[in-house]
Amino acid sequence: MTPLDTPGGSVSGEDLIAEVLSAYPDKFAKRRSKHLAVARTPEGEESPSCGVKSNVKSIPGVMTIRGCAYAGSKGVVWGPIKDMVHISHGPVGCGHYSWSQRRNYYTGTTGVDRFVTMQITSDFQERDIVFGGDKKLGIMIDEIESLFPLNKGVTIQSECPIGLIGDDIEGVAKKKAKDIGKTIVPVRCEGFRGVSQSLGHHIANDTIRDWVLKDNANTEGGTDYDVNVIGDYNIGGDAWASRRLLEEMGLRVVAVWSGDCTLSEIEHAPKAKLNLIHCYRSMNYICRHMEETYGVPWMEFNFFGPTQIAKSLRAIAAQFDETIQKKAEEVIAKYEPMMDAVLAKYKPRLEGKKVMLYVGGLRPRHVATAYDDLGMEIIATGYEFAHGDDYKRTSPYVKEGTLIYDDVTGYELDHFIQKLRPDLVGSGIKEKYAIQKMGVPFRQMHSWDYSGPYHGYDGFVVFARDMDMAVNSPVWGLTKAPWKAAS
Amino acid sequence: MPQNADRVLDHATLFREPEYEAMFEAKRDAFECPHPSDKVQEIADWTKGWDYREKNFSREVLTINPAKACQPLGAVFAAAGFDQCLSMVHGSQGCVAYYRSHLARHFKEPSAAVSTSMTEDAAVFGGLQNLVDGLANASALYDPKIIAVSTTCMAEVIGDDLNSFIIQAKEKNDFSKEFPVPFAHTPAFVGSHVNGYDVMVKSIVSYFWDKEEGDPTPGEAINIVPGFDGYAVANNREIKRMMDLMGVEMTMISDVSEVFDTPTDGTYRMYAGGTTIDEIKAARNAKATLSLQHWCSEKTLEMVKEDTGQTTQSFHYPMGVTATDAFLMAVSEITGKPIPESLEVERGRLVDAMTDSQAWLHGRKMAVFGDPDFVYGMTAFLLDLGVEPVHCLATNGNPAWEEKMKALLADSPFGKDAQVWSRKDLWHLRSLLATEPAEFVIGSSHGKFLQQDLGIPLIRLTFPIFDRHHHHRFPTMGYQGGLRVLVTLLDAVLDKVDRDTEQPGISYDLTR
Repeated sequence: MTPLDTPGGSVSGEDLIAEVLSAYPDKFAKRRSKHLAVARTPEGEESPSCGVKSNVKSIPGVMTIRGCAYAGSKGVVWGPIKDMVHISHGPVGCGHYSWSQRRNYYTGTTGVDRFVTMQITSDFQERDIVFGGDKKLGIMIDEIESLFPLNKGVTIQSECPIGLIGDDIEGVAKKKAKDIGKTIVPVRCEGFRGVSQSLGHHIANDTIRDWVLKDNANTEGGTDYDVNVIGDYNIGGDAWASRRLLEEMGLRVVAVWSGDCTLSEIEHAPKAKLNLIHCYRSMNYICRHMEETYGVPWMEFNFFGPTQIAKSLRAIAAQFDETIQKKAEEVIAKYEPMMDAVLAKYKPRLEGKKVMLYVGGLRPRHVATAYDDLGMEIIATGYEFAHGDDYKRTSPYVKEGTLIYDDVTGYELDHFIQKLRPDLVGSGIKEKYAIQKMGVPFRQMHSWDYSGPYHGYDGFVVFARDMDMAVNSPVWGLTKAPWKAAS
Repeated sequence: MPQNADRVLDHATLFREPEYEAMFEAKRDAFECPHPSDKVQEIADWTKGWDYREKNFSREVLTINPAKACQPLGAVFAAAGFDQCLSMVHGSQGCVAYYRSHLARHFKEPSAAVSTSMTEDAAVFGGLQNLVDGLANASALYDPKIIAVSTTCMAEVIGDDLNSFIIQAKEKNDFSKEFPVPFAHTPAFVGSHVNGYDVMVKSIVSYFWDKEEGDPTPGEAINIVPGFDGYAVANNREIKRMMDLMGVEMTMISDVSEVFDTPTDGTYRMYAGGTTIDEIKAARNAKATLSLQHWCSEKTLEMVKEDTGQTTQSFHYPMGVTATDAFLMAVSEITGKPIPESLEVERGRLVDAMTDSQAWLHGRKMAVFGDPDFVYGMTAFLLDLGVEPVHCLATNGNPAWEEKMKALLADSPFGKDAQVWSRKDLWHLRSLLATEPAEFVIGSSHGKFLQQDLGIPLIRLTFPIFDRHHHHRFPTMGYQGGLRVLVTLLDAVLDKVDRDTEQPGISYDLTR
């Protein structure tokens, strides 16, 4: 059994788990126990198993960090598609809190031909709940046409009441699509559906399939080097740093779903020869669909940190001819001196530092190697909304003894951090300030803490700089008053 | 290769490098199927004209960039102001994630609240079991003295009966009947966050007052309800300081100034400060209850008046000289305590600063948006300063607000050209500012796009402020707050004067 180090000596992960479970009423201690584990290698296997239950309902009253299906659809999948207007359909709040909050960068003129950072809502009032919102929705789409004539289409992102009052948004979408001759997509992503953001991703993927690709997929005029990047939302410009590498190795990126994405890119994606998926959790559905329907194979890749980038570039190149393979090697060689310089600068400052992660559905495993590259060690990790297949994919990334937590509650996370006192925590805005108050350095790993990009070689440089400034800020030495620290 | 280990470029500059610019252009031309750039320019220009303004104002249902949030946000904020009070929001869990994030992004502080995490089965069968389980877990993990229940629109649409659910939940968990679980219905499709604040304060206070026996016995103390205020941390302290200087005994009803401003010293405090249960009970015997924000407290003050017969009076975010004078004089009249010399000196200092700076502000044209009371208080101070308000807009303002605003403006020669806009959003404001411009726009971070689109500098003085840090740690109310607001306005004006004179390089002034 590998114990975890704490300031007061070492503790086994199992004991830590037992400590947090003891705070719950019995029934819920039992339920939560299935989501907490220590990674252990089963006999005969190579890598440790995470061994937690996932993708089930959060228990009430515990400060789950999860969001909802609307957040998964509007916030993640559809929101970044820049030339469509996304209606937050229902009361004002959902659109308000998610307004401009995911940093899906894009080019173009906002309010004219781009609409990503706008809060467009039907602002439901009591009468809309009583009489239904379909009529209002139809008028709204006309008003959008009149005020934003350069929009390429509209999506209807359902908030909780829509599914409860029995509105027929599909009917409205069909009728208005005929009226205005543009794509209109009704999305049933009401927040009460499913157990987290994850079902929202799935529902959004299905609506891309049914309301865009079904009638408008374009498979003509591709080249042998066409690829799509699926599941990169261009947080702080991630997708741009990734695109550059793929173009440099001689590939043609037809579409990036859905960071800095246009409707046209979605429609033309099926012509690609290969789908490259970064965020498996949120977009595997559409990859499977494109494989079945258009014969486009897909593969996962990881553009965090030089080790995984090189590995991914080679794996991608292996799907193409020698020209591409040669160019991939050239790309890796071109960036190698810069990577060496980054590691020479930052690794000595970060070597041996202990990291705890708690993020969404991809990064708790995908960024692990980037930390390894910097000599940092992941001692605990977990997902908000992963499924069983994500935890299976996590195994090769984690070491024996790593603490694993699924849908961690605020209570559990605070307790683990307080006990383990890691050198860095990577999680979200709701966690950030509580953890910093404990005197523990923190980086937001959803939004890159308003920095980025973190993908690709250009991004890794920023990642290394940011981790260094978090861990090595002089402020962490000031959290104890000297007269207290002395006593 | 633009990136470099010694000179790290992040998004702010990296994507301006020629390699990336070329990539953007190639992507656009080959894959984005864009509108021609002259068409985009033509439409962009058109959106800034009168024709567009008329179209924009003729929309009936579409809402674009509204400056308002929903009721439960206000309820969660209000509940955070009571001692060891945990918000439990009944309904879908994503909502709570949103409120917590929203408050954290503004205050740069943690924000605690739990959800009953209702899903599809609860939509069919109701959320009773969720509330039972939620109560059990929340009290086991977090040891709250009060659990304040509010609702998301899901629970409201399916019609969950909170009163009966809470009684049953206490029984099923073997909780004492006396364990305080006040609740407020806060449907997102009614009003805005200011109403959610109001109903939650009312429900918490009346929960305890209803259990008190006998008639109230009015003493000397007064109650102050601050209202939903992004600057509450500093403003609440400032109000308490002024009352202390006057020797006025007071209870602040819902005080978030500690919980949204805890120290970093190695320990995370989920609860800090706030109005205690004893203070709430004692508040029933106060002489009067004053509200700093009228539209955040209509129902609360009505309840106070009916239940206790106390004098009630409301203000509109007392900022600057005139409004602070009025507030202090009202307190003095109610309590019989004179306004002390020390406050008069503070007043004099603010007036002194205003005389020093008035020439830089006099006649400047400014627009204001935000919650109704903030817009009123801000506008009143602008009139003190000789600034000419151009547009005053509150998405969550009602006709009564509009009327009061017009009266305020009519009372000053500087207000005669101002226009008042209730139930309009920031896309309306964009048209207004594009056709009838102001030199500056005062509001929240959400006005950032106005600055980007129209080149009108944004002055951040109200919630939410996401993209600047710690402004809320300094007061905006009272004379001290007035000084802070004055400096904020002046900095914006003088920075602009500098920018405007940099290019010609003629009027280089070291001293102003």
